[in-house]
Formats: sequence, C-alpha cells, structure tokens
Amino acid sequence: MEGIDISFLENKAKEIRRNIVDMIYHSGTGHIGGSLSSTDILVTLYYKILRIDPRNPVWTDRDRFILSKGHSVEGYYTILADLGFIDREELKTYCKFNSRLTGHPTVKIPGVEANTGSLGHGLSLGVGMALAGKMDKKDYKVYVLMGDGEQAEGSIWEAAMCAKHYKLDNLIGIVDRNKLQIGGPTEYVMSLGDLSAKWASFGWEVVEVNGHNISQLVTVFESVPVKYNKPTLILAHTVKGKGVSFIEDKPEWHHKIPTSEEYTRMIRELNQEDDNVREDIGSAV
Amino acid sequence: MSEKTSVLPCRKAFSEALFELAKEDRDIVVLTSDSRGSASVENFAEHLPGQFIDVGIAEQNLISIASGLAGCGKKPFVFAPACFLSTRSIEQIKIDVAYTNRDVKIIGVSGGVSYGPLGSTHHSLEDIAFMRAIPNMTVILPCDVNQTKALVKSLVSYNKPAYIRMGRNPVENVYDENIFFNIGKANLLSDGADATIIATGEVVKTAYDAALILRDKGIYTRVIDMHTVKPIDEEIIIESARKTEFIVTVEEHNIKGGLGSAVAEVLIRRLPVKMYIAGIPDEFSITGSQKEILEHYNITPEGISNIVLKELRRG
Ligand SMILES: [Mg+2]
Repeated sequence: MEGIDISFLENKAKEIRRNIVDMIYHSGTGHIGGSLSSTDILVTLYYKILRIDPRNPVWTDRDRFILSKGHSVEGYYTILADLGFIDREELKTYCKFNSRLTGHPTVKIPGVEANTGSLGHGLSLGVGMALAGKMDKKDYKVYVLMGDGEQAEGSIWEAAMCAKHYKLDNLIGIVDRNKLQIGGPTEYVMSLGDLSAKWASFGWEVVEVNGHNISQLVTVFESVPVKYNKPTLILAHTVKGKGVSFIEDKPEWHHKIPTSEEYTRMIRELNQEDDNVREDIGSAV
Repeated sequence: MSEKTSVLPCRKAFSEALFELAKEDRDIVVLTSDSRGSASVENFAEHLPGQFIDVGIAEQNLISIASGLAGCGKKPFVFAPACFLSTRSIEQIKIDVAYTNRDVKIIGVSGGVSYGPLGSTHHSLEDIAFMRAIPNMTVILPCDVNQTKALVKSLVSYNKPAYIRMGRNPVENVYDENIFFNIGKANLLSDGADATIIATGEVVKTAYDAALILRDKGIYTRVIDMHTVKPIDEEIIIESARKTEFIVTVEEHNIKGGLGSAVAEVLIRRLPVKMYIAGIPDEFSITGSQKEILEHYNITPEGISNIVLKELRRG
C-alpha cells in the first residue's frame, strides 16, 4: 500500500496490541506472548506489503499469507476485522460457542488461507501455493509466518528442501524468533543453534531483522526476492510478550490469562507508550 | 460379468486414464514421493513435466503441498504406497485436506498385503479405518482395471477429498469396458435369497467366485461390490438384510474398522442381522506373497463359501 508511513504502522501496531490483550482477557483464552511478538510483523505485512483486497478475499492474483504458528490468532483476527475481511462485531465471538473465530484459524474466515494450529504444516502449504503461482505464471507472493519452537517439526525441513529444489523465489518464510516456547527457552527445550546457518544450508537466502522495528521490516519485505530463483527466509528477532514490560520474555506468559489487575496494568502501559510516541512525534515536528 | 482377464494392475490403469485427461486439463497435477515407478506415473514425469511434482521421500510435505495447490485452483492427484501415505501423512490428510476441505485425490497404491513378503511396514491394513474416521473424506477401492478407468473419469469432476486404494499386482476383470462409476452407489453383481456377500476392492473377485462355488451347491447369494466404503450405500445394505438375514463382508484390511465395521454400523442402527467380517485378523500378518497371505487367512473363494455354508447349516 503506497502512502502508508512508518508512524501509521507503529500506531496501528499499538492499537492491535491493545486489542490482543482485550480479546484474551475478555474471552479467557488465547496465546498472549506469541501474539504480541508477531504483531509488528503482521501489521507490516497487512497494512503495507500484502497485495490483497478485503472486498474480494479469493482474488486469484492476491498474495497469500499463512499463519503457520496458528496459535497467534488474536492479532490476526483483529487485523482481518480492521481491514474489513470480517465484521468487527464478530471479534466478540472469539472462542465462543459456534463461532467461526476458533482458537486457531480456519478457511471459513474470509482472508484466511489455511487451517493451522498443528505446527509444521504452513511452509509445505506455502510451497504448494508458490508452485501453483509458478505454474500459472502469476506474480503473487506467498508469506509463511512460523514460530521458533515450531522449527523442531521435521516437516518444515522437508518443505525447506523442496522450496529450494523448485526455485520458489515467490515464497517467503518468516521466523518469529522470540527464543521461547511453551516449555521454556528454545535452547533449553530443543536447541536451534545457528538457525540462520541452518536455513542458509538448505539453500535459502536468509535476512535477519529486528522484528519490532517496522521501518526495518518494511525495507526487508520490499527487497524480496533477495535472490532470483531462491526462497527467502526472514529471521525476525523478537521478544515474546513485546509491549507489556512485566510479561516480556517470560515463558509463563505463553498462554497465561491476565487477572483483572494485570489487565488494567497492561492496557495502561500500552496506552502510555502510545502517548510517549505522540509526544516524540510532536517534538520531532 | 466379463470373461476377459487383464494382466494390468489397477494402479497402471489409473495412471493411464488420468494421463489422457491431464493432456486436456492443465490443472490436473500429479504429485509423488519418489514413487513414480511403483505408482506408474512415469508417463507424467516424461510427457507432462509441468504437471508433475516429485517431492522426494517426504510424505507429510507431499500432502500439504497438494493442499496448497488445490487452494490455488489446481486438481492434485497424490500417488504413493498406501502404507506410507495413510500413516505417515495422516495428520496432513486430516487437517490440510479434509478439515480445510480441499479437492485433493489421495491415491494409495500397492495397498493391503500386495507388497507381500516385504512385511508389515509395507502393508496397509488400517488405511480404510483411518480414512473413514475423518470427516469430509470419501473412501473408494476399485476392484479391476475397467472399473478403475471408469473411476478416474468420475473422480475428475468429484470436487471433494477422496482416498483411493489399489493393489500392486495384476487383477482379473470383474467388469466389462466402458462401465460407469457411480461414487457412493454399490453394484449388485448377483442376486439370491440365501445370503449376502459384500466385498470391496480387489477381493470383490474372490467374493464373486465364492458365490459361484455356492451356486454349484444350490445356494444363491447376493454379491455386492461396495467400491465406495464412505459414503456407504446404506440402502443396498438394508435391502440385503431384508432379503437374506445373513451378511458376510470381505476385505483386504484389518477386521477392525474397515468395510465390515462400516456395514455393521448401518445394520445395528437400522436392521440388525447376523454378520461375519472376513479380513485380516488383528495381528501383524504372516510372511508370504499376497496370494499366500490371503490364503492363510481364508480370504479365498473356498474360505468365503465355507463361512456361508457353515452359517446356513447352523441356521
Ligand atoms: Mg517462540
């Protein structure tokens, strides 16, 4: 989207973070840590990078986005509602009886490309979509957002090998490298070691980025494909729980539900930060 | 009934029929996990390379890629040995194909015990049970080459997930050429009032031959080819229960969870009659050729006819 500037995206990210906290608190369910670590990536993609049309979710030339870490739905659903894929009112049904908005996304929701939630499927699905694009000579791109704990799934590496073999430069993998998973630090549960080297050794072009620096994210996404005939892996260094100081980098906040007191503190902090930014912008002008 | 016999395995007939359709329909895509030989899809690799994808030995990736292709308007047909396809990729089948409801055709070749002495790693005797328990899935076992060719034509316009299981070895023909394959509608091969034999897949011929043995003894059986195990043809089962009071099912599958279970589920709900489920017992099978294994477990015309004889004597 032309004409979208960085400060708009940064403010949008804060708004989405407040919504994430709201949805999780009010529904009593969700994955707060990973949703907050993915927020800036999702906002950059949905408000700046993806070629999509909310009025025509099945447009054949659209870019495809797959949330392979399907548990990070709160920000995803909020964005789909904000852009008009679904009605904002529907967000209130999140995880309620007979709602489309389940704890993990499905294609019943306009704009959603894959039923995710079981980890390690998204990249293979993306390979299929990217292959179809090549077969039909279409210029859409396929973006797959994975978790870092998810990197232990063997199927990811089947897909990684295959994407290189078929020269899928229209495929972009993104790893939300927040260094935590449900059981603790990734390096404690199942060490990933040099993740960048692992992807590079599978023939992917690897770009590392601060996953909370929106201007960096925009620059990186706009440079894709980095190499002709090669898939791109964006290793986004993030902080789990980003935006709420007392839950940042805390393993127990993988899917903990805030108490009313914690909720109030979260919202206060997310609002405050917004005010600070507004002051910054004010003084810069 | 055709007198003609064929030396072709069904998998070969499937691939040849699909190849003809794929030349006209560029959206048909064949995928395999390094099984282009055993699945007989070399014709695609050689002559339609733009519609052929080999993912190497990676069955999970295989199914998810097919789902991604289907999500973009392609008509993927996935070929691999039934043993690996139905177990190694079962979660991808459940989620990426069935739950997402994508038009992916999953073709399990060399199914049942047709890999014979290679052992239980290479047998698929639980695939019908697995697939049947997944919502949105259709489960089909053709019994001969002519029926397989007809099935391919019906499948191309059947826009739902489906699992097709075929064996590895050449089979005798049950049907004439140019028959029509009606998915979900069983075929009555012979009629009679003494008992019903319902079979699926390549043992339909066994069931038919059992009926011939019985006829020589003056016993007349209904023989039903239940090629579509899901959705199952309930009406023909109920009609049979009304007519014959005793039903034998025959399948190259574990006796738990397959055709026999599917038939029993219908009978118990609507019209319980006495049943016998003939198949492979709940054990990892004995070593031998496909023929030897089936003989060992009495999946033969004599074995099936004896089940009927025993019941009628008792009755
Ligand atoms: Mg993580």
